Amino acid sequence: MSPDIFKEGFRMEIIQYLGGALLIMGSLSLLIASIGLIRMPDVYNRVQTGTKASTLGAILSFLGIGLLSIENWSESNWIGRVIILIIFIIITNPVSSHILMRAAYVMKIPFTKDTKVDKLKEDIDNKVLEEPKDE
Amino acid sequence: MIKYLILIAVVILLMSLLGGLYRFFKGPSLVDKVVAFDSITVNSLVLIGVMALLTGRAIYFDVAIVYGLLSFLGVIVVARYIQGGL
Repeated sequence: MSPDIFKEGFRMEIIQYLGGALLIMGSLSLLIASIGLIRMPDVYNRVQTGTKASTLGAILSFLGIGLLSIENWSESNWIGRVIILIIFIIITNPVSSHILMRAAYVMKIPFTKDTKVDKLKEDIDNKVLEEPKDE
Repeated sequence: MIKYLILIAVVILLMSLLGGLYRFFKGPSLVDKVVAFDSITVNSLVLIGVMALLTGRAIYFDVAIVYGLLSFLGVIVVARYIQGGL
């Protein structure tokens, strides 16, 4: 234990390196989402990768940005805006993914031939749910 | 050293933006294009956040919040249009 740890600037630098690592992890997750968007065979799989992985990547990246900017935390409510942005992404991204998937099901875009299970069709056949359709 | 970390992150984000653009121009159906648009928007939000970090001005986060809100609204409107509600 060197006494450097108890100095203010050293601790700040450690937090900044942690934030940089979080930012790079988040952007790698966004890159994986983009590769999945290119390579997946089906609309439904593309919606799945394109929104879930990018939600995780955006959350990690904004946490990293918030930690990287620790010098600015005292001015103009910086960290509050970052937290509001993270909560906003957590709320809106799954909603848009869900409604896009439903729209694709209504358009009757075909599955790939590897698809084995369609739970919504089973439920419609058993009269548990109604079929989503044009209004 | 921290500047290099941010530079690497920006390069990775631009590469993933290119992947989204590829799917946006090629995608066979409309839903593919909307998903690619959503992915491009999330990448741009993170890029705007990095820009706020580099310039040290908090006003860019407000721009990011409004941009995310408009993109969410656009996705909802297009999906509603596909379902026939509009």
